Amino acid sequence: MSPTIPVVENILSANDRLAEENRARLDAAGVFSINLIASPGAGKTSLIEQTLSRLKDRLRIAAIDGDIATSLDSDRAAAAGALASVQINTGGECHLDAVMLRGALDRLDLTHFDLLIVENVGNLICPANFKLGTHKTVLVASIPEGDDKPYKYPASYRGVDALVINKIDLLPYVPFRMEHFQRGVQALNPSLAVFPLSCLSGQGLDSWINWLLQHITNK
Amino acid sequence: MHELPVTQSILQIALQHAQKAHAKRIVDLNIVMGELSSMVDDSIQFYWDIIAKDTIAEGATLHFRRVPAQLECLACAAQYHPSSEELACPRCGSLRVKILAGEEFLLESIDVE
Repeated sequence: MSPTIPVVENILSANDRLAEENRARLDAAGVFSINLIASPGAGKTSLIEQTLSRLKDRLRIAAIDGDIATSLDSDRAAAAGALASVQINTGGECHLDAVMLRGALDRLDLTHFDLLIVENVGNLICPANFKLGTHKTVLVASIPEGDDKPYKYPASYRGVDALVINKIDLLPYVPFRMEHFQRGVQALNPSLAVFPLSCLSGQGLDSWINWLLQHITNK
Repeated sequence: MHELPVTQSILQIALQHAQKAHAKRIVDLNIVMGELSSMVDDSIQFYWDIIAKDTIAEGATLHFRRVPAQLECLACAAQYHPSSEELACPRCGSLRVKILAGEEFLLESIDVE
């Protein structure tokens, strides 16, 4: 009989420790940071563009974009007014982790910014498991994805601080029971801040911007 | 999926603990995996066979203990296993729930020689 050594260690603890280090760096520089997670096509980059166009004259904003390949998204962030944008190509990995964020932070002088927006890889499953160290995690859902998503991806809906429901301009054309969706969300995460909006029409964006501003000011 | 970095993490933790105990070989790893943790044990096993090669954990067997999700209703204190399409309390319908179990993902112990 082989001797048993008790371990009882969270398997993602190495990532969690690095995330704490990232948070300490961001805090020391006085930057408020958010991690945007969503399935592909939900509108993460559009939300970043709309946020930049409303805040770029008031705040110094940097963007970090995680994608499997290309710099299309960081190019869009730069064009929309981000003072600095860093692209992380994960080379096939389905999520950003704390190590990758640390590498991207190394490429920015953090003291130059008020707000750092991190756009995770488009994926509703994996990013939920890997903390980055950002102050808030924001999930971007969208109407065409369907109203069953909180039930199918509970881990993603549980671990976030705010929920943007994008593309509400499509509500008249798509079967989406907002009540059923919200019910699932409420069960998983009752204190969640929820922002139904449309990046296309601009409807609802003010509440989202105010939420961000409130957190940046309180920092 | 991200089972490769996860498997690397399992190996790293196991090797650290084995080294501390001056073990010559790791024979078994006991992993606890909650129903809500969204990990796939087959993929972990697949990567394990590749990355544990040439370490003292080569050939070790991975044992996965599945923990079912269990919720507690904060309104009526009922404890239940949620169905896939409904998370609310089956007794009183409340949506104020607490997760008691099912989110675990940890290396519980290793058996060594």
